[in-house]
This record gives sequence, structure tokens and C-alpha cells, in this order.
Amino acid sequence: MSTKTKIIVINERDNVATALETLSAGAELSFEFQGHIEKIRLLSDIPMGHKLALRDIEKGEAVIKYGEHIGKSTSKISRGEYVHVHNVVSEVRGERSR
Amino acid sequence: MNFQGYRRLDGKVGTRNYVLIIPSVGCSQGVARAISQGLKDVVYLPNVAGCGQMGEDRTVVRKTLVGFGTNPNIFSVLVVGLGCEELTPDEIRKGIIPSGKRVEVVTIQDVGGTRKTTALGKRIVKEMLQDAAKLSREPIPVSELILGTECGGSDYTSGLASNPAVGIVCDMLVAEGGTVILSETPELIGAEHLLAKRARTPEIGQEILSAVARCENRAIAAGQNIREGNPAPGNIAGGITTLEEKSLGCIYKAGTSPLERVLTYASHPAERGLVYMDTPAHDIEQLTGMVAGGAQIILFTTGRGTPAGSPIAPVIKITGNRQTYLKMKDNVDIDVSKILQGKETIPETGKRIFGEMISVASGKLTKAEKLGQRDFSISQMNPNI
Repeated sequence: MSTKTKIIVINERDNVATALETLSAGAELSFEFQGHIEKIRLLSDIPMGHKLALRDIEKGEAVIKYGEHIGKSTSKISRGEYVHVHNVVSEVRGERSR
Repeated sequence: MNFQGYRRLDGKVGTRNYVLIIPSVGCSQGVARAISQGLKDVVYLPNVAGCGQMGEDRTVVRKTLVGFGTNPNIFSVLVVGLGCEELTPDEIRKGIIPSGKRVEVVTIQDVGGTRKTTALGKRIVKEMLQDAAKLSREPIPVSELILGTECGGSDYTSGLASNPAVGIVCDMLVAEGGTVILSETPELIGAEHLLAKRARTPEIGQEILSAVARCENRAIAAGQNIREGNPAPGNIAGGITTLEEKSLGCIYKAGTSPLERVLTYASHPAERGLVYMDTPAHDIEQLTGMVAGGAQIILFTTGRGTPAGSPIAPVIKITGNRQTYLKMKDNVDIDVSKILQGKETIPETGKRIFGEMISVASGKLTKAEKLGQRDFSISQMNPNI
């Protein structure tokens, strides 16, 4: 990678990325995804280590990081928007395996 | 792809060529240490068990000691017994014999005390060392490697940098036909259904779910509900949204391969590919279980840093935290913080770690080996009787 990137996508199936530094709404970022460079404009401020949506996520749709479901959205999340406990819930919270 | 390894009589391949001294009981540990002193390439196990364990615990102690003896990193074995212990040295010897290695027993009560047993033990071990020195490394396909994976002292960098990078290494090794062990059952909680979905058969998937249920129930019986209050407020402030996300950040270090088998503690994987071993979260017990199961090399990710090392297997420590790397340079082998600076991709870093793993498998010493860090602890469920 030649240019420094400010967000990280862990798995190619992910629909969220993680901010490597605190980012401000309105910022335009480029990042490498599935072998090509994509651009994204932030709709929210994103604290360092927190997540943003890489594409629109419908209400009830799976939020995907590490290529797996990390929860489902409780409202429509737009590309570039902040993704965290205010719009995502666990799908297994409190459930125990048998 | 090849590394330079030691081919054993049973066809397995070592990354190291040690003579191992196993005290069959805690009482003979001091003599085992005395025999090993001053001798290069001789290691002893600081084993404190061997008397007073019952049922499953006794089985685990025997399996672990035998597993260290049969591990391909070992050339020959000397078992040091006291003479009245419940787990007899001969039982350990018999377990190691099928590997084709030379294995001898000395017993302190029979030989007559510490000095005589130490002298006899040293004579035997020196003979073994002379034979070990005749063996040279040869090119071996990496498919012969059993790689153990572990994380300890995690921080926010673990799930974002070191674990995903090690996940790339694991996927590369499985693609080459090698074996990867994932372990640490408490860490699966919240993501066990996702790992179960990757199981080769529904039965293997159910074994994962059952292993997690047993672990949770034991914690609840001890008054702790691991699932409640997790992710902790500090995790959420750091950006972790759900328990699935937190647990996936840990287990992603073993990559994305299908799960071929669930092993009990210290068991040897018969299958190639990704396998799971049911171990506690205790770093050293986890490490001990995987090495007893035949792992010849370990990749250990850490956020805050740790000195951990195995008596017989090289442990490569990897951190995504630049400050930890700079502060603990004598303990941590690989700095992958460039991922978080946006200067190196996860796949590029994975390839770099894979290269380092081949060098270490071929004889390059890790930081833990240079420091003589030889941690050993057997997982037990009940107090000694």
C-alpha cells in the first residue's frame, strides 16, 4: 500500500470499516476494498476505533465485520454513517448455547 | 513451500531437537532440573502434578506429559520418577514408546537419592545428546506444521491488527495442507454459533456449542456470568458494539477455514486444516495444551505484551501496539502496528509473519527462547486430593 489510509476493512465481505483516527463529518476518504480504490464521504463524526457503514444497511439487516454477523441494525444506516450501539443490537445477547 | 526441520522415526517433523526430562511427579522436579543444568538443548518440565489427581484430571496430566514426550520437537526423553507416585514413570514411558523415540526412566527411591540420580540421569542424557547431534535439518513441506494460535494481554489493537494478520497466516497454512489449532473456550462466548456454522459436520458444530455451554455453566456455578456485562463499558467506549464483535476479534486469528474437529485438552489432531481445542483462557494452560497436542510452533498475539514461552516449542509474539513493541522489545518478536497507521495492509502483514514463521520453524530463535522462558501448567478442574 503506497498511500496512508485512515480506515480499515478487515474482511472483503464486511459492510463496515473501522476508523484508524478520529474523523469528522464531511471528510472524504479513499480506501482499498476488494482490490480497487473506493471513495466515501462521512455523514457523521467517527471516533478512533469506532465503525462507519461502507454501504447502505437496511433496518434489520446484518452488520458484517470479520466477514461474519456482529449484530443487526435497528434503523436504516446510510453509507458513511456512524455504526455503534445506537443503531446495532446483538443477535445472541443473553442467549446461551446448550 | 518448505521449511528446514528434523524428521522423526514416526514420520512427524520437529522445528527443534531437544532432549526432554519429564518429572512424573512434583517431588522429582528438583532432580529433573538438576540433571538439565549446564546442558545445552536439554529441557525439563516444571511439572507439579502426578500425585493426587483423580478421574479426568489424572487423564489430562498423563496425556499432557506423554504429549510433550511425543511432540516432534523432542529427540529423546528421560522420565524422572520418585518411586511412590500415583502416576508411575512407566505409564509415561509406555505412552511415549509408540513414537519410536528413545525413552528411559530413573527413579529417585530406587537409585538412592538426589546426587546419585542426578549423576545417572546426566550420563543418560549426555548419550541422548550425542545421538541428537547426529541429526540434521532437511527440507520439509510446511504441510507438516501444526501451528498453535493464542492471544493474551489483548487490547484494542488485537482485534484490528495482530489477530486479522495472523488469520491470514492460518488461511495460508491451511491452503498449503497444514494444521492450525484454535483454542480458549471462554473467548468463543457470543460467537460460538458463527464458528459452529463453519464446522465440517453438524455434529462437530454441536461439539463447539456444548464446549461453550460447559464452560459457561462452570463459570456460573462459581458465581460468574461471563455473558452478562460483556462487552464491558470500556469495550463499548473503545468502539466494540456487540459480544459477537468482541469474540470474533479474538477467534479471527485462526482465519476463515472450515472447522474439521473439536479436540479435548492435550489431544493430537488427526485431521489437517483448522481444528479447535477445548482449553481454558489461562495463557500458560492453553499453550501447554496445544503443545501437548503436537503443535511444533505457536503464534501468540498480544496488545499489552507478555513474556510467555514454551519449554519445547518456539512462541512468536506479535503486537499491533507500537508502544508495547517499543517498551517490551525483549519479549515481542513482530511489530504489526503499520496496519493501524494505514501503512501496511492486513494481507501484506500476514505474508510477512508467514515468512518469519518459516524462519523460526527452520531454527531462528524467538525472543522467549533467547530469554529461556519455559512456561508449563496443566489445566485441572478439581483440587488435588
